[in-house]
Amino acid sequence: MTGTSSDIVELASREYQYGFVTDLDTDVVPPGLSEDVIALIAAKKNEPEWLLEWRLRSYRHWLTLAEPTWQNVTYGSIDYQDISYYAAPRPKAALASLDEVDPEVRAMFDKLGISLAEQERLGGVAVDAIVDSVSVATTFQKKLAEAGVIFCSFSEAVQNHPDLVRTYLGSVVPYRDNFFATLNSAVFTDGSFCYIPKGVHCPMELSTYFRINAANTGQFERTLIVAEEGAYVSYLEGCTAPMRDENQLHAAVVELVALEGAQIKYSTVQNWYPGDAEGRGGVYNFVTKRGRCAADAKISWTQVETGSAITWKYPGVILQGDNSIGEFYSVALTANRQQADTGTKMIHIGKNTHSTIVSKAISAGHGQNTYRGLVKVLRSAEGARNHTQCDSLLLGSDTGAHTFPYIEVKNSTAQVEHEASTSKIGEDQLFYCRQRGISEEDAVSMIVNGFCREVFKELPMEFAVEAQRLLNVSLEGSVG
Amino acid sequence: MMLSIKNLHAKIGDNEILRGLSLELKAGEVHALMGPNGSGKSTLANVLAGHEAYHVTGQVLFEGEDLLAMSPEDRAAAGIFLAFQHPVEIPGVGNLYFMRTALNSLRRQRGLDELDAMDFLEFAKEKMELVEMDRSFMSRSVNEGFSGGEKKRNEILQMAILEPRLAILDETDSGLDIDALQVVANGVNSLRSKDRAMLVITHHQRLLDYIVPDRVHIMAEGRILRSGDKQLARALEEHGYVGFDQVSLEPSVPVAARP
Repeated sequence: MTGTSSDIVELASREYQYGFVTDLDTDVVPPGLSEDVIALIAAKKNEPEWLLEWRLRSYRHWLTLAEPTWQNVTYGSIDYQDISYYAAPRPKAALASLDEVDPEVRAMFDKLGISLAEQERLGGVAVDAIVDSVSVATTFQKKLAEAGVIFCSFSEAVQNHPDLVRTYLGSVVPYRDNFFATLNSAVFTDGSFCYIPKGVHCPMELSTYFRINAANTGQFERTLIVAEEGAYVSYLEGCTAPMRDENQLHAAVVELVALEGAQIKYSTVQNWYPGDAEGRGGVYNFVTKRGRCAADAKISWTQVETGSAITWKYPGVILQGDNSIGEFYSVALTANRQQADTGTKMIHIGKNTHSTIVSKAISAGHGQNTYRGLVKVLRSAEGARNHTQCDSLLLGSDTGAHTFPYIEVKNSTAQVEHEASTSKIGEDQLFYCRQRGISEEDAVSMIVNGFCREVFKELPMEFAVEAQRLLNVSLEGSVG
Repeated sequence: MMLSIKNLHAKIGDNEILRGLSLELKAGEVHALMGPNGSGKSTLANVLAGHEAYHVTGQVLFEGEDLLAMSPEDRAAAGIFLAFQHPVEIPGVGNLYFMRTALNSLRRQRGLDELDAMDFLEFAKEKMELVEMDRSFMSRSVNEGFSGGEKKRNEILQMAILEPRLAILDETDSGLDIDALQVVANGVNSLRSKDRAMLVITHHQRLLDYIVPDRVHIMAEGRILRSGDKQLARALEEHGYVGFDQVSLEPSVPVAARP
């Protein structure tokens, strides 16, 4: 017979599936950060003068900033001079088609369950695959181009669509925004760019897959999505990294621009390496994600966060236009020694703007989970409404769940509601399931998936299945 | 003998709740277990189902197997079902999905093929009629927002679907109005069979007007005080538990294995 509470602790321990390293011939800039390094990155990428200037402005501003310490996480200090700011798998030659992608790179993506070739043939999802600092392949470009959709790596966008990039880069997350976003602005190397013209409903899901491979490398990518008036796009983002004893820094910036009546649905399944049971290694995930809505526009963030040693991210929406809508649905799982400080920012500026926040936090092992959310209603936001729901589920007694809601309301017609709950996975729920013949491990995963259902139903179908599977793997333990 | 309990003790911490209980059940029989609050009825139900909060000694054989050595899920696979007194809510888990998962877990352990969603729905529909349960309940989360009566009917539905060898009904009648009681009792009666035994735990003689037991046991202070036929329950109703020991009852059968 098994003792239930100790088993729950064991359920929280887990193996990381994506911890392999691929032996790629990689072009790495030596560690260290300076104006010379930034100029080198810009030169390698053949960037226009204005972009280099923007990078240098960011860098000079970054030098005046101190790393933030207000978040509810602890980690050793990061030596920014010990990180390499550029790493790229060295291509054998320039790519004319997907067939020419380095076989090692293709094999790596196959192993991750993302077959680039298959995506091209069968899939209904266009993928931009990013390894370390650069994009290695983007599928379906031709088909998307027929609809007028631009979906390419950030570097290509800088070369081929410089005006669009110049107009929108930094328009939602300015380079002065915060320590990590400013660092990203100085050194970002690649990322995805996506542009949906006026009135176009993007014919397929767009997806970016991020992979950190090289050691001691920071990944600083930038994603920029612009949906013109009345356009619609659903965008998926997935991430993994090898198991390494050192920590890896990931400081990304995502900017979403939804013009009048446009809709952007942005879904993330984040599965960076979380570190081992003792808290060695793992990715530091310090990410700034924000969208801006014009009138009648809608931006929806859905995230499933199961990885990273530390997660620090607050995908937000600036509800600038009247009647615009912002949504944030989040599942954050922390197991072993993982720490997450995550939530959202909803800034209500326009009239009758609505926002919905649903946050589900699951803590297992020694995991610490913090919800931190800002709902700000400005004087101009007549009739603004927000509903926030934060639920925490604790598995085991060494876990922690914390909630820090910040609410600032300057308009008396606004309605802001906040609900919060914390529950322990019930021994009585487990016993009920087991009495019906369901094994303890299946019961835990069933209860946890039930707890997350409100969020999972917001994910595109394939992603919801993936998220559920990931959650089960993350909770897999030695019971059985 | 389907179930044979000998000198069963159970305690939580220093608090001994079952104090040498013995009881036997044959296939095809329905036994009622009555007794005042705190006499240990629900503890017996939980111990038989494998709840891990108790320190248990003594012997329980189910179809000749050592029940106390088995995990709760193995007991379920062996054919033991507990209709809970307080069924728990499992938010976000659909009722239909839950029952299919449970049935398929049992079927897997018994070496049978699993039922797919369509086959299961057909199978479950019949059973739902048995307890007059509306289909809308199946798409709701397990017990979430159910009334007391709906939860109890949901338990009987699960019993009908899982088809156990031994069903233990822990105060399934408590909190039910007379109409709901009849529905539940009809469900239970239709599941009586020569291969299935039931242990019906109740406070009230009332339930036994609908579910007529083969045997009645009166429990007090963690032991079976007296066993008899259904007349015993009527006598109990008349005299109450207080001073029950002093009342002479016919026919009265002392429990054989009392320590």
